[in-house]
Amino acid sequence: METKKAIITVKDLVKKYDDFVAVQGLSFEVYENEIFGLLGPNGAGKTTTLEIIETLRDKTSGEIIVDGFSVDKNPQEIKQIIGVQLQAAGYYPNLNLIELLELFAGLYGANIKPMEMLEKVNLQDKAKAKYKALSGGQKQRFSIATTLINQPKIIFLDEPTTGLDPQARRNLWDLITEIRNAGTTVVITTHYMDEAEQLCDRVAFVERGQIIALDTPDNLIDKLVNSGFERKKEVKKANLEDVFINLTGKEWRE
Amino acid sequence: MQKYSNITATIALAKASFRSIMRSPSAVVFTLAFPLIFILIFGFLGGGGTRIDVGITPGSDMNNPVIGMLDKTGMIRLVKNKTKAEFDKLLEKGNVDAMIDVHRKVNSAAYSVNVIYTSASRDKGGILKSVLNNLFYDKTLKPSIAEIKENTITVREYKTIDFILPGQLGFSLLSTGVFGTAFVFLSLRQTLVIKRFFATPVKRSSIVIGEGIARIGFALIGALFIILIGHFFFGFTLVHGVFTVANMLILATLGVIVFMGFGFIISGVAKSESMVPPISNIVTLPQFLLSGTFFSIEAFPTWLQPISRALPLTYLNDAMRKVAFEGMGLWDVKFQIMILLLWGIGIYAVAVKVFKWE
Repeated sequence: METKKAIITVKDLVKKYDDFVAVQGLSFEVYENEIFGLLGPNGAGKTTTLEIIETLRDKTSGEIIVDGFSVDKNPQEIKQIIGVQLQAAGYYPNLNLIELLELFAGLYGANIKPMEMLEKVNLQDKAKAKYKALSGGQKQRFSIATTLINQPKIIFLDEPTTGLDPQARRNLWDLITEIRNAGTTVVITTHYMDEAEQLCDRVAFVERGQIIALDTPDNLIDKLVNSGFERKKEVKKANLEDVFINLTGKEWRE
Repeated sequence: MQKYSNITATIALAKASFRSIMRSPSAVVFTLAFPLIFILIFGFLGGGGTRIDVGITPGSDMNNPVIGMLDKTGMIRLVKNKTKAEFDKLLEKGNVDAMIDVHRKVNSAAYSVNVIYTSASRDKGGILKSVLNNLFYDKTLKPSIAEIKENTITVREYKTIDFILPGQLGFSLLSTGVFGTAFVFLSLRQTLVIKRFFATPVKRSSIVIGEGIARIGFALIGALFIILIGHFFFGFTLVHGVFTVANMLILATLGVIVFMGFGFIISGVAKSESMVPPISNIVTLPQFLLSGTFFSIEAFPTWLQPISRALPLTYLNDAMRKVAFEGMGLWDVKFQIMILLLWGIGIYAVAVKVFKWE
């Protein structure tokens, strides 16, 4: 990245629940037009951090600026420039995809053509289908379509590839890369390190509510290797996933 | 970027919610099918029962053999101690099937019996007529009865449907308001639909109002449908035609808004979807049975009547019947409307406390 202008700044973020501290003093920046990964085990505080930046949750202390807006003073302005995909969120019952997009257009006050939105995520054939009737990969792509309605500057994707088969996962990587290439900043959480390595420009490792490492995937790997780390098993030129893709074909089935 | 419009967002939500309701089988069944089935059953069942209510005209002689004999037949219930005006009302609705007035003839030991039938209950009047004729020819009585004068007053016919339909309409509004609202908000909360909404600039008030508009719209379409079917297929009385329908729809709107309050409370109290039906039934069933949906409250034992008179549906049903059959305006049922409003204030005060967004 030549221009490293921060679009999200998180400073000393703390979130306490009644009896435990979910986030303890997180600080990081997300640069404009990068894919930024938040990595870490379950319960590390990734989702909590995302939801606080998304203005969905109150913080205990700390400061967050999103594109010049403070989460304390301008949550409405922030909502207008971000797109949010929640982990395991459902959609309004009994409506088809077109109707759901119309609903979100109204909620965002955006003027969109639902069919064009579906084309962006390659779901135009499913226009009249209900969300419940979609496959896992289709559901995630539809969720991503709803995050793009207000032409956001930043989108947040919380574990978008969890539970998807290898083809659907790769297909989603392509979509996320396309969105970034179109000028949108992407913040993503994931449990898959191969995914983070391929997709993210920079990643932050979160553990027990704190950032324990933050750099480009390459630098982080180099650092580990330089410290003398070696894999127990010699790395082959391909892995089992490559075998899977090679055997079952790249194109993605519904 | 154009200015954000809360109205656009509210309308979008109302539209989405309305579409969703129309496609939800349970909403359609509770709002339309159930009430229509009951209307059909009672529409064809007719009055039923052969007890005849005979009012004794104020001022009538009580110590005469005629009234004593009528009492003994067992099929006649004598209604006493009411004013002339009250009797006129009852006659009009057919709640009293006839009036009887017995007087000793001037300068004679014999009695003159004056009977007034009502067109609201011709069949029962006919039965009474034959009962009286039998008495007239009864050996022990004959010497003391000089004459029987008979008259029929013509009133607007008060049909079973005129009683049943407003009750069913009230019940339809109650179930739409309670079940629909409770289910929707609980499931929107549990499936994180509301959370996703909160990630957009929409206001909470838009979500509640949009949802409310859709539900009221749906309930009014249902109400109109029930009224029209009742009117054209079963002769439901609409005294002032379209004006009466409009008044009924205004009452229906008030009713749904009040009942939706129960739904908001239940959605906040229930922990899972399976808890919605039992809690909702606790709210709806007593009103279904005790609010004069099927039977007039007057038919209940006296200890039960105060309970009936505490329930909001009682007042909605009452107001609906007065507007539809007696042709009253909304101002004439202001007492019923006031009670409904009081209920509304109470319910929403609780709803604000227990309603949960997340």
